[in-house]
Amino acid sequence: MANTGWNEFEIGAMLRSFDGGIDDIAGTLQEDRNYSQNNSFSASVADWRIEKPVFNKDYCIDCQFCWIYCPDISIISRDKKMVGVDMDHCKGCGICVEVCPTNPKSLLMFPEHADEETEIARWPEKETKEK
Amino acid sequence: MAFDKMELRDIEVWDGNFAAAQAMRQCQIDVVAAYPITPSTPIVEGYAKFLADNYVEGEFVMVESEHAAMSGCIGAAAAGGRVATATSSQGFALMVETLYQASGMRLPIVLNVVNRALAAPLNVNGDHSDMYLGRDSGWIQLDAYCPQDAYDLNFIAFKVAEDHEVRLPCMVHQDGFMTSHTAQGVKTLTDDQGYNFVGDFKPMNDMLDFEHPVTHGVQTEEDWHFEHKARQHNDLMTKVLPKIQTAFDEFEKLSGRKYNIVEEYDMADADVAVVCMGTSVETAREVATEMRAKGIKAGVVGIRVIRPFPFEQIKDALKDVKAIGALDRSSPNGAPGMLFNEIAGALFNADTNALLSGYVYGLGGRDLTKAHLTDLFTELQANVDAGKVTTPLQQFIGVRGPKLSFL
Ligand code: SF4
Ligand code: SF4
Repeated sequence: MANTGWNEFEIGAMLRSFDGGIDDIAGTLQEDRNYSQNNSFSASVADWRIEKPVFNKDYCIDCQFCWIYCPDISIISRDKKMVGVDMDHCKGCGICVEVCPTNPKSLLMFPEHADEETEIARWPEKETKEK
Repeated sequence: MAFDKMELRDIEVWDGNFAAAQAMRQCQIDVVAAYPITPSTPIVEGYAKFLADNYVEGEFVMVESEHAAMSGCIGAAAAGGRVATATSSQGFALMVETLYQASGMRLPIVLNVVNRALAAPLNVNGDHSDMYLGRDSGWIQLDAYCPQDAYDLNFIAFKVAEDHEVRLPCMVHQDGFMTSHTAQGVKTLTDDQGYNFVGDFKPMNDMLDFEHPVTHGVQTEEDWHFEHKARQHNDLMTKVLPKIQTAFDEFEKLSGRKYNIVEEYDMADADVAVVCMGTSVETAREVATEMRAKGIKAGVVGIRVIRPFPFEQIKDALKDVKAIGALDRSSPNGAPGMLFNEIAGALFNADTNALLSGYVYGLGGRDLTKAHLTDLFTELQANVDAGKVTTPLQQFIGVRGPKLSFL
């Protein structure tokens, strides 16, 4: 691709998402899809992150809010169960944390270099409602 | 649900706007997204009426601005539909940002531009400022001189734009009010003839093809942007004019009406010639004939295709003339006019010593009269007799106050 000449591009500032045709995309897991090299799934934005979301499944109620709101489809969800974060495509915006409704939150932002297990071990306590 | 066909007489009395709307109906546009602006409004009103009366199967999308109108057209075209709209002047200016999207995404949209001056001062009347504003936007630009042309060129526009080797959007220009609101006899095609000439719309890489998902209008940065633009430029420079010629030939077979990329009038033995566009071409032709009666061998070159600019054809048309007047109907704002520049570019390395002068005329609807053109041809002849340009390179025709000339 790096040395593709002007005459080799398909016309129309257009990229194909998959190599060849597709069917039942909803039923095909991301890792099993034949994404093309042009698909943004093939490019990582991990190096954009300064902070990363850490997931603590102890409090998660599988409400799927984070899955719906993540602008980069980086929440991994299987059978309506929140599984974790796709760290190749998470850009660290923190929206998932913002929308998480549990108390304490099941997703929190930590510095990129933080050790996940340590952070989960000292996860914040439940906040009491102020009267 | 089938739509109704319309019985047309062989010749109908239509103005340029209605002629364009009728052509859009006969091409069976899937989507028109439009915002009203004088003087082009009746084109999309016409389409809307045809849609309401079941003469077309399509969608009319009402939007809040011309920027949204073209954006809607781009979305619909990327989704895989035959799409057209119309605009003028300020609305055109508001569309400009999206015009580049349409051409870069290679979407064969047709835009009827009813030419009108650009503010300030505000003015609803005709000149070519909006046409000139679009000239680097990567669209094919065709120019109609009368309602008949406005009708016919819409079919040509769809045919060329939708060709899979071209896939570039196309504008059909007509002069505000002079063409758009002046009714003349227009020879018609039947609904079947018109539709069959452009044929069924064959989408390419449409977004509604769910089996082959594509991303349109992608970000490319310095990696590929240059290559995409180079390809677009190459296609405009090498592919489009032959396709237009083929479409003109086919259209002549169908209708008997002949169009040329450059419309030459009395050019075979002309000593002096004016090059112009729009309704001025017809006036210039009349005056040229009168000049010939007075012994001046005058000719007229009408530009039919503005983009891609027909350098070869222009060179050919002007190869034997001795003096040329390039008539620009747009405020040049700090330079010679576009036609002056393009013609100079076409002739610079050509085998000709023709004397070239530029004239700016008709801004904001100011008339270009036969008297103006008579003076102009006389001046060009004086240049020929003197063997050099006797007047400044750029002059303004018909502006009040002291004579205005530059360079
Ligand atoms: S931080 Fe932003 S990008 Fe990353 S998973 Fe959360 S919402 Fe998605
Ligand atoms: S928003 Fe919070 S609670 Fe809901 S699924 Fe995501 S992590 Fe779990």
